[in-house]
Amino acid sequence: MFPKLSLRSMFHGAGGGNDIQWCFSQVKGAVDDDVAEADIISTVEFNHSGELLATGDKGGRVVIFQQEQENKIQSHSRGEYNVYSTFQSHEPEFDYLKSLEIEEKINKIRWLPQKNAAQFLLSTNDKTIKLWKISERDKRPEGYNLKEEDGRYRDPTTVTTLRVPVFRPMDLMVEASPRRIFANAHTYHINSISINSDYETYLSADDLRINLWHLEITDRSFNIVDIKPANMEELTEVITAAEFHPNSCNTFVYSSSKGTIRLCDMRASALCDRHSKLFEEPEDPSNRSFFSEIISSISDVKFSHSGRYMMTRDYLSVKIWDLNMENRPVETYQVHEYLRSKLCSLYENDCIFDKFECCWNGSDSVVMTGSYNNFFRMFDRNTKRDITLEASRENNKPRTVLKPRKVCASGKRKKDEISVDSLDFNKKILHTAWHPKENIIAVATTNNLYIFQDKVN
Amino acid sequence: MSQKQEEENPAEETGEEKQDTQEKEGILPERAEEAKLKAKYPSLGQKPGGSDFLMKRLQKGNYKSLHWSVLLCVDEMQKYFDSGDYNMAKAKMKNKQLPSAGPDKNLVTGDHIPTPQDLPQRKSSLVTSKLAPRFKRFSCLSLLSSWDYRHATPRPANFLIFL
Repeated sequence: MFPKLSLRSMFHGAGGGNDIQWCFSQVKGAVDDDVAEADIISTVEFNHSGELLATGDKGGRVVIFQQEQENKIQSHSRGEYNVYSTFQSHEPEFDYLKSLEIEEKINKIRWLPQKNAAQFLLSTNDKTIKLWKISERDKRPEGYNLKEEDGRYRDPTTVTTLRVPVFRPMDLMVEASPRRIFANAHTYHINSISINSDYETYLSADDLRINLWHLEITDRSFNIVDIKPANMEELTEVITAAEFHPNSCNTFVYSSSKGTIRLCDMRASALCDRHSKLFEEPEDPSNRSFFSEIISSISDVKFSHSGRYMMTRDYLSVKIWDLNMENRPVETYQVHEYLRSKLCSLYENDCIFDKFECCWNGSDSVVMTGSYNNFFRMFDRNTKRDITLEASRENNKPRTVLKPRKVCASGKRKKDEISVDSLDFNKKILHTAWHPKENIIAVATTNNLYIFQDKVN
Repeated sequence: MSQKQEEENPAEETGEEKQDTQEKEGILPERAEEAKLKAKYPSLGQKPGGSDFLMKRLQKGNYKSLHWSVLLCVDEMQKYFDSGDYNMAKAKMKNKQLPSAGPDKNLVTGDHIPTPQDLPQRKSSLVTSKLAPRFKRFSCLSLLSSWDYRHATPRPANFLIFL
């Protein structure tokens, strides 16, 4: 049933973050330290089969990698990812009405499940969502009567015989074309898009509103959440992320800058301003400080594949919520608690506003998120063990097992540990993705994409 | 000074007091950081979640403006009077010199018709991503139909018909 997977990585029995030995597989991108702003990776996403991996960058470009089909005889490692297609998704624009620039940075990419030979994905910048079709062409017609091979038209009077054109193989060409452009529906910056399990509709969320679109219809969308107060003076929170439930096409959640998550049911009413469930962990008022609200702001929300749980990422932790329990998360994992004593400087250098994403593995047993110094963390929900790894070119021999890293919060620094003060806060891993079926992960540093996989014997 | 003492003391406690300390430590680092921040920036707004800050954030899309009070908002102004203003600001940021307008340098404003060479450069979007270095950039116009620059669309008469 799963011919490609080794026993170790079987869906159900997948070991935890620590049972797996992660190895370097590939790194993409330039080595130079001087990073052009356009090359900053802004989103990473596997498609539903895991065969394709898409990245978006600040320059509005999308690069899609495809996994090589494995040679079944030599299964030393899983197939490598090589460039499949690249295109300019969004261009910089200028909003003449408001005199504001619209960045071309790709905020999110979401794949549609494959229905035919072509692949489809949605990509969005701050204002416009586009549906891209990526299709392959590996045959070309040859032997036209009225056309030369290079496309020039022949003079019909020179044609003396007729021949039947045939299709001949050609070098694979991958074409990307924009099939739909969903524009002008968002006053504020789009932070999320999420495709519904009905595969016909999707939602897009900005700071104050969430819109529901149909993939075929570009000239209108439904507004399903609007938290803009009549008087903007009363504004206290903004929407930070939104996602559709993986199985129930009527359910979606959105998270806020105050650390709450609201679950809405579209069957209840057309405008889902009133939530069906509110997930909020009560805070000890005596613990409150200036930073409390900032660090409680949720930067990402992701449903588990099963649909029973959802994971939220705030500045210092990852929380797993059971959809059946609203008053507190069922699991909380500290990502980098040692930063709590550095909040002042993190506020000054803006790092406290960094938006980290998080992701589940295919079996929902391990979750992963990024940190600073090009570290990323994995938490095994079953064994309760966690591991910190580094995305660095130093360990770039394929099949080199990554060494776990440790940050020393204070006091005596042991050998191989890194002290908090020597962490590089410019090297942040905000975007990570986990292959939906195998233990392959894609980790984006500022301008490089690392691919790691578990050790295959 | 007293701040430092507060932070040092918990580290010295041991044993049974550890649990109690850990609870205290949960509060102290954040509060200590808060005190540091307020010491540096006394004019920082009392209510960090106040609506003025959120408004600024919505305009700029930057969460930081949520929390800085107006005085400390450095170069967050992203408003431009018009597109010309915007282009000039971009050109200045890149330290680009506008190419001189041809042989006659003492032009009176309005006498010269602008040409593409004279205008400040819009940032180029045609560079291939470094993640795909050897890939030929696929050029695609934003037309709502598939566009293949290598082959002209075959005319219907030339299609193969399988019977």
